[in-house]
Amino acid sequence: MANMCPYGRFTHAVVRGIPETFGKTAGEGRENGEVTVDQAKAQRQFGCLTGALRQKVGLQLIEIPPDPELPESWRVEDVAVIQGDTALITRPFKQQRRSEADAVRRVMSELNLTVVEMGDEQGDSGGATLEGSDVLFTGREFFVGISSHTNRRGAEVLADTFRDFAVSTVPVCGGARLKNFCSMGGPDTIIISNGDGAKKTLRMMEQLTDHHYDVLTVPEESAANCIYVRGPSKRDFLLHRPAEECPDSVSAFQKLPDYTLLPTACSEASKLGASLSSLCLLVNRKHTYF
Amino acid sequence: MTTESGADSEAKQPQAKKEAEKGKSKAAADPASPQNQPEQLPAAVGHSTPARKEQEQQEEDQESHRSSTSRLSRSPLRGVKKVKMMQCKIALLDGSDYSVNVEKRAKGQVLFDKVCEHLNLLEKDYFGITYRDVESQKNWLDPSKELKKQIRNGPWNFSFNVKFYPPDPSQLREDLTRYYLCLQLRDDVVSGRLPCSFATHTLLGSYTVQSELGDYDLDELGSDYISEIRFAPNQTKELEEKVMELHKTYKGMTPAEAEIHFLENAKKLSMYGVDLHHAKDSEGVEIMLGVCASGLLIYRDRLRINRFAWPKILKISYKRNNFYIKIRPGEFEQFESTIGFKLPNHRAAKRLWKVCVEHHTFFRLVSPEAPPKKFLSLGSKFRYSGRTQAQTRRASAQIARPAPLFERSSSKRYNMSRSLDGAPITENHETPVKGSAADGAPKVIAKEDIITTVTTEKKAEEENAEQEDAQEVAAETASTTPLRHDTKDSEPPPEVVKHQTNISELKRSFLETGSNGGCGAPGLTEWEKRLSSSPLRSPRSDEAPMIEPLELQDAKDEQTKQEVGPKDTVAAAGFLVKYVADSVVTDGARSSGPHGISLSTTMDDDVFVDGTLREEAGGKTPDSQEEEEEASDKSATKVSPGAVRQEVSQAITDKKGTLIIFKQAENKEDEETSEKEGLAETDGIEEQKRQASRKAEIKNGDVSQTRGVDSPKKAMASWISEEKVESSEFVGVFTQEVEELKTLDEPQQKAEGIQPKSSPTHVTVSASLAVSAPGWVSPSHKASADQEKAVVVTENEAESPKPKAPDGVEVTAKDVPVVHTETKTITYESAEVDTNGDADPGVLLSAQTITSETTSTTTTTHITKTVKGGISETRIEKRIVITGDADIDHDEALAQAIKEAKEQHPDMSVTKVVVHKETEITPEEGED
Repeated sequence: MANMCPYGRFTHAVVRGIPETFGKTAGEGRENGEVTVDQAKAQRQFGCLTGALRQKVGLQLIEIPPDPELPESWRVEDVAVIQGDTALITRPFKQQRRSEADAVRRVMSELNLTVVEMGDEQGDSGGATLEGSDVLFTGREFFVGISSHTNRRGAEVLADTFRDFAVSTVPVCGGARLKNFCSMGGPDTIIISNGDGAKKTLRMMEQLTDHHYDVLTVPEESAANCIYVRGPSKRDFLLHRPAEECPDSVSAFQKLPDYTLLPTACSEASKLGASLSSLCLLVNRKHTYF
Repeated sequence: MTTESGADSEAKQPQAKKEAEKGKSKAAADPASPQNQPEQLPAAVGHSTPARKEQEQQEEDQESHRSSTSRLSRSPLRGVKKVKMMQCKIALLDGSDYSVNVEKRAKGQVLFDKVCEHLNLLEKDYFGITYRDVESQKNWLDPSKELKKQIRNGPWNFSFNVKFYPPDPSQLREDLTRYYLCLQLRDDVVSGRLPCSFATHTLLGSYTVQSELGDYDLDELGSDYISEIRFAPNQTKELEEKVMELHKTYKGMTPAEAEIHFLENAKKLSMYGVDLHHAKDSEGVEIMLGVCASGLLIYRDRLRINRFAWPKILKISYKRNNFYIKIRPGEFEQFESTIGFKLPNHRAAKRLWKVCVEHHTFFRLVSPEAPPKKFLSLGSKFRYSGRTQAQTRRASAQIARPAPLFERSSSKRYNMSRSLDGAPITENHETPVKGSAADGAPKVIAKEDIITTVTTEKKAEEENAEQEDAQEVAAETASTTPLRHDTKDSEPPPEVVKHQTNISELKRSFLETGSNGGCGAPGLTEWEKRLSSSPLRSPRSDEAPMIEPLELQDAKDEQTKQEVGPKDTVAAAGFLVKYVADSVVTDGARSSGPHGISLSTTMDDDVFVDGTLREEAGGKTPDSQEEEEEASDKSATKVSPGAVRQEVSQAITDKKGTLIIFKQAENKEDEETSEKEGLAETDGIEEQKRQASRKAEIKNGDVSQTRGVDSPKKAMASWISEEKVESSEFVGVFTQEVEELKTLDEPQQKAEGIQPKSSPTHVTVSASLAVSAPGWVSPSHKASADQEKAVVVTENEAESPKPKAPDGVEVTAKDVPVVHTETKTITYESAEVDTNGDADPGVLLSAQTITSETTSTTTTTHITKTVKGGISETRIEKRIVITGDADIDHDEALAQAIKEAKEQHPDMSVTKVVVHKETEITPEEGED
C-alpha cells in the first residue's frame, strides 16, 4: 500500500543529546546505585553514533538539545513511533517521561509528519502505555512487545493509527523491552538474540506473521539491537555493538552480504537498559507512494 | 435399515429422505425448534434429479409401511413438477441491480452463471452470490443447492460479491475481472471493512478517480468533481484534495493500469480479503476470527493475537455454536491441540465453518475434495465444489477471447456508499445474537450440527479421553463375541502395524510422563496459551513452534514406508481411508489414559470433521497437494514430488505459506520436502498403508493382544474402540452385520468382475442404527464418526477369525438390547463362517462407500469385495444413524433396520449387531 516500502529507507534521524543528569532516574525513588555510568563517555559514544549516522550513512541529523530536567530524554525512540508520514506520539510508562514528547512533537511537525497523539488520558485510550522501544516495525507489519512498559491498550492505539498494517502483540519476558533483544537487520531480516525469552518471542512472531523473514541470531542479547539503514547511497549500513562490547556476536554480522558494518559503542546507555536504537528516531521524508 | 449390495445408493436415499421428513415434521410439531436453517437441509434431498426422484418415489411406495408419517407429507410435493419461474434481483458490484428469472427449483449455480454471463465474466471462480438470511446475515449461496432451500422464505434478493480475494490480482487474466475486484474493494474500503490509513485512502482514491474519470482535466471535470466520489468511510475535504493532487500526476494512465495500481496497493493491506467473524474465545473474551487465503487470523480489537496458517490446521469443525480448529502439534509437541471458539449462534458457527472449508479448498488445494465420497464424514456434505485457485488459474490461462470492452461505471454510484453488509468491519457476521435458533430445538439443531469435512487426522486427544471407555468396551466385546478367523480382506502387512504401534507406544510413554505435570496448567500465562496456540489446550504445548519439522513424524513415515514399500496391493478404487488418521488414532488410544479430557473435547471428536482432509486412498487423486500438507504434518500420505514442490514454492511466493521461514527452518523444510517426495514414491503403496493403518487401529483397541498376531480379538476390539470414538453423541447405535457364505455361481460375482471360479462369496452386512436421544444435539456428527467406524468395521470383520456356521445366526430385532447409558457398545455376533482364516490377505477387488443423509438419518454403506483363495467375499456394512426425539422407539428402529436389511438381502444373514449407545452427559459439552 501506500506506505509500504522495504524497511530501511530513511532520510532523517532525530536524536537528543545526553544531559548532565544522564543516569539519574528522574523523580523516581529508583536509584541506579550499582550502576555507575560515565556521563562523559556516554556523550562521546553519542557523538560517535550521530557522526556515523550523518557522515557514514548520510542521514540528515536533527539533534534536539538535551534537557537536564529530563534525564532520560535521550531515549527518543520511546516517545514516538514513526511510519511513513505519520508519527504517533507515545505515552511512556513513566509519568515523568511524558513531557519528553514535547520537543519531539515539534520536530515531527517540522518534518511535516502527521502527528497523532495517544489521546486523552481519560478517554478511550486511558491507561494505555506505549514505548517505541517495544515496537518492531518490519516494513510490512508491526510487532508490539507487551512488556512492563507497554500494554495492550497502547498496542491498540498503535493499531488504530497505522491501519494499513497488521499489528501483532508478542510477549516480552522480564523487564526488557522488545527491541532490547531484536531489531531489523535488513528489509526482511530480523536480528534476534538466542536467549530463551527472545526465542519465545520469536516463535510468537513466526506464528503471527504472514511474511517471510530471515532471522539472524546472535549470542549476546545486546548485540541483537542494531540500526539498519539503507542510506541515500543505496548501500546497506548496519550500526552494531563493537567487538569490545559483544565479542561473540560480531562475526554473525559478517554474514550479511555487502553490508557496511559500523561498530558503534553504546556501553553507557546500555547500562541503563537502553540500546543503540533507543538513541534515535528514523524518518523517511522522501516517502513516495510507490 | 436397508441392506443392499452393489450400487445401492438409490435405495438408501428414500430412506434417508424419509428420515429427513420425519425430522421435519417433528420440528414442525415442536414450536421451539427453529425451522429455518436452510442449508442444513440435507444435501441428499436437494440434489436428486427429477428422474431419480421418481424412482425413489416408487421405492418409497413400496416401503410405505415403514414410516407412514413421512410419506404423507412428502408425496404431494413430489409428484408435482411445475416449472415455476422466480425473479431474482441481484445487486451488482457497480451498484446496479440485475433482475433475472430462474426456475423456482433452480440451484444456485444457475443464478450464478446467469449473473456472470450478464457481467461477461469468465474468471468467475473468485466470485459468489450472497443472500441475507432471516437474521439478516450474509450467507454465500451454495451453487449446488436449490435457491429456494437456501433463502427459505426470504426475498429473492442477492448480491454479487468477491468471494475469494486473489492474493496476487496481477495474475488475473482479464482486466474485466480486476475491475470487478476493484469495485468490491472500493466497497470494502468505503464501508470500513477494509481499514486503511489516510495515505492509503488517498492513494486508492486517486487510482479510482483515474480509472473512472481518466486524466485530470480541470476544464472538463471542474474543481469539485472529486467530492462526488466516495473514498473512505469518513471522507474529508483534506482527503479529497490529496486525491486530486495525486490524480493530477497520473496523466496518461489507462483505466486498466490504474486498477492494477489500485489492486497492488490494496492487496498489501493487512485486512485484504479477510472475512471477519465475531466470536469469543474459551474465556469469553470477544475476538474476531478472520478467514483469509493463508489461514485463520485471530484478532482482539485491532490487534492480531494469533494466526493459524492452513497447513497448521488439521481439522475444522463446528458443533452447535462452537467452532473448533485442531492444530497440528508444534515442533516440541506431541499433541494436536484443539481450540474452540464460541460463535453467537449455531448458524454463525456453521457459516464460519463453511467459509473456512471453502477458503482452505480454494487456496490450498489443487482440486476440490469430492463431496460424494463421504466416507469419513457423515456430517455435512458441504464441500467447496467450485474450482480451486490453481484450477481457475489454469483455466483462465486458456481464455482466448480478445479483451472485452467494458465501460467503467461512473463512480457517482458510489455516492451513497452502498455497504453491502451494512456493518462496517465485520460484515459477514452477526453481531452477537441471541442464539435463538441454536439452543432451543434439539432436533433441528441436530441436523445442523453435522459438520464436517474430511477429517484429516484423528484427534488424538479426544480419542484419548474416550479411550478408557473404549478399552473397557473392547474387552467386553471381545469376550462377548466369538472370534473368527478370516483374512479374506487384503490385509495390510502386519509389520506395518507393528511399527506404528511401536511408535505410538513411544509416543504414549512420552506423553504419559509429560502429562503428569499437566493438565489444567493453572499457571499458564496468556502468552503461553497463545504460544501453545490454544486457549483450551493443555499446558505442555506452550512451546509451539512455527516451523514444524516433525521429526517424530518423519520417523514414522519412514518406517511406514519401509514396511509398506515391498508389498504391492491392489488399490481399492474409491475407497477412502484416511491413513493418517488411523495411525493417529492409534496413538491416541495408546496414550490415552492420563489425559483428563473434558467431555467437551470428547464430543469434539465426533464433531470434528475437518475441512482439511486428506484422505485420499489412492495416490492417484489430484489432491496430492493437500496430501502433501498432511504429509508434511506427519501423516504419511503420498504426494507427488512435483506437487509438493509446487505447493512449497507457491506458498512462498504467495507468502501465505507458513509464517516465517527461517534459515534453519528452511533446512527443515527441505528435509520435509524430500521426505515428501520420498513418500510420493510410495504412492502405490499407499493403499497398503491404508490397510495397514486399519490394522493399526485395530491394535489400539486391543487391550491385551499381542502385537503382530492377527488375533481375532484385536479386530473386535478395534472395532469397538472405533465405536467409542464416535461415542459421545449417539444415543443409540445399532450395528448389524450380516455375513453369509455364498457359492460361486452367484450372479453378483460376475457383476463384480470377480473371477468366476471363486468359491463361496462371503457377504457381510452390517447395519448400524443410531438413534439419537431427545435433547440430543448433533447427531450428524456422529454420523460422520460412524462412517469411519464402518470402514474400520469392515476391516475388522475381515480379520476376525471365526470359523463357524456358514449362515450366520440371525439376530432379530428383539434380541438387540438397547443400552441407554452413555457410550456403551455391545456386540452380538454370530459365529461366522470363515474357515480360511489364513493369514494371507485376500485381494481387494473393490471397496465402495456410499453415504446419504437426511435431516435425521445418516446412512453409510460400505461394500468391500475381496477375493481370497478361491473365495470371493462381499461384505456390506450399513450404518444408519437415526436422529430423533425421545419419542423414537429405538428398539423398534433397530428391529426395523434389521428387518429391512434382511429383506433386501435375503441371501445374507446378519452376523453381527453392534449396539452403540451414547448419552450426552453434559448437554452443553461442559462449556456452558
